[in-house]
Amino acid sequence: MQQVLRLPVSRTEVIDAPDVIRQAEAFRSQRKPSVTPAKFETRGLPLVIRDLRKAFGDNEVLRGVDLEIPAGQFVAIVGQSGCGKSTLLRLIAGLDKPTSGTISFGDAEARAEDIRVMFQEPRLLPWARVLSNVEVGLGRDRKAAGAHERARQALEEVGLAEKRDQWPSVLSGGQKQRVALARALVSGPRLLAFDEPLGALDALTRIAMQRLLERVWADQTFTAILVTHDVAEAVALADRVLVIENGRIAEDITVDLPRPRQRGSAELAALEGSILGQLLGPGPTG
Amino acid sequence: MSLIESLPKVRKLTVPKADGLLPWLVPLAILLIWQAASVAGLVSPRVLPAPSDVARAGWKLLWSGELGRNIWVSFWRASIGFLIGGSIGFAFGLANGLSQLSSKLTDTTLQMIRNVPHLALIPLVILWFGIDESAKLFLVALGVFFPVYLNTLHGIRTVDPQLIEMGRVYGMTDGELFRRVIFPGALPSIFVGLRFALGIMWLTLIVAETIAASSGLGYMAMQAREFMQIDVVVLSILIYALLGKVADSASRLLERLTLSWHPAFSKH
Ligand SMILES: Nc1ncnc2c1ncn2[C@@H]1O[C@H](COP(=O)(O)OP(=O)(O)OP(=O)(O)O)[C@@H](O)[C@H]1O
Ligand SMILES: [Mg+2]
Repeated sequence: MQQVLRLPVSRTEVIDAPDVIRQAEAFRSQRKPSVTPAKFETRGLPLVIRDLRKAFGDNEVLRGVDLEIPAGQFVAIVGQSGCGKSTLLRLIAGLDKPTSGTISFGDAEARAEDIRVMFQEPRLLPWARVLSNVEVGLGRDRKAAGAHERARQALEEVGLAEKRDQWPSVLSGGQKQRVALARALVSGPRLLAFDEPLGALDALTRIAMQRLLERVWADQTFTAILVTHDVAEAVALADRVLVIENGRIAEDITVDLPRPRQRGSAELAALEGSILGQLLGPGPTG
Repeated sequence: MSLIESLPKVRKLTVPKADGLLPWLVPLAILLIWQAASVAGLVSPRVLPAPSDVARAGWKLLWSGELGRNIWVSFWRASIGFLIGGSIGFAFGLANGLSQLSSKLTDTTLQMIRNVPHLALIPLVILWFGIDESAKLFLVALGVFFPVYLNTLHGIRTVDPQLIEMGRVYGMTDGELFRRVIFPGALPSIFVGLRFALGIMWLTLIVAETIAASSGLGYMAMQAREFMQIDVVVLSILIYALLGKVADSASRLLERLTLSWHPAFSKH
């Protein structure tokens, strides 16, 4: 079932711009004075999933997922706790093997460095400086020339260039997640999967991080798959929201609102309400 | 706000460098009280000689070269025994932490041996090696082995599995995973083992030297007892305390150097 919600847009200017965003924007404008690339110029990997099933013993978690994600799309996955969102993500990232079904990345051959995952926890190495933590993300290119420079650039991208020589233990929760984001970005992935990466952050940091994610995605044009508990976050960021229920994709909602989207706008709220209604089951209004 | 900010500065001004001296205040006070008590005749020199007498005895032994030689012999035995026992313990700890097979094969046996107090083996060891050097080295190595083994094993087993998964996701090879994730993760626990082992090292050596040796600090103390030289006995005991402190400081320094990432060890 595919349903398209096209809603009018009133005002879309950014009402607050935390330091992170300002720095990052300044950096971006100085590096890329040209306009943002058009959608068809994406480097992202397309994703095709056919009749994907995954069972843990008797517990059949995914019961036939069919999904096509065009290259460069930003997809959010929502669903009740335990419905198999993380499982689906782990299968896509190759951390687990499916019971049956196929996952393919268009006709291109995906390298390990092309697909990256960001977890709910930052998972930084406490004994490595921030910069070497980012270098971990280069995979086999770690020893190649220019590894340092690439890591430094990724750090700059998330607005943490000045923290390069710090230990992770002195960073705040949001800063740690930004380092983890830089580590995921540094190899120039073509598909980035996020498993509730902002779940542990406070509301303000969360919004700043969401903006950062959106900007980085627009900048680097990878395919993004974001698992989240937060429907507001899903509609604010994604081109498309998938609702998982009973091991299948129950709803596939296209969010056709221009970016940057204004948080708290009536359109977003309406969309969020309708998706929440789906998640919570048939309410009094049907 | 401004008051709170100024607090650390004030503290730094009033107590400069005192932090480094503070730990020595109590030993120094004890020494002074002891000396005063001896001078005042409160303590009979047959029970406890005055610190000045002990110092004099130490000076004499130092000049004759006897003290230096005995300290050197003990130090040599301690280090070699520690090196042997420590490396074997570390190797077994690594093997059993990383390999299920190795762990199944050897862990039960090692746990059984662990429950035998190693000093109980002294009679057997003397029968095997006589009062040869190898007897002392064997005992020290055996005593050092277990704390190093147990803590290395524990350290490796408790490395955060999420970090290991992260390393795999980012394409680390087994070697890199060990070097960059598992070993650094196990290091704090390995150091705990090391410090335990240092304590056991001195204990074992002194006991072994007291019972079966013809040189070393333990032997020196035993000889002095035979000749009723109580000042030398006390001197030996003080040297043990000092050597123990030196070993502990060395391991702390090493810890500080290698664990500077750890909030508990970072210098402020
Ligand atoms: N390794 C595993 N072994 C056995 N069962 C598992 C395993 N991983 C997940 N499951 C089961 O699969 C189901 C889906 O888990 P999953 O983690 O994908 O849920 P989720 O949608 O991510 O939930 P949440 O929103 O709470 O993170 C759960 O019932 C869970 O118990
Ligand atoms: Mg989950």
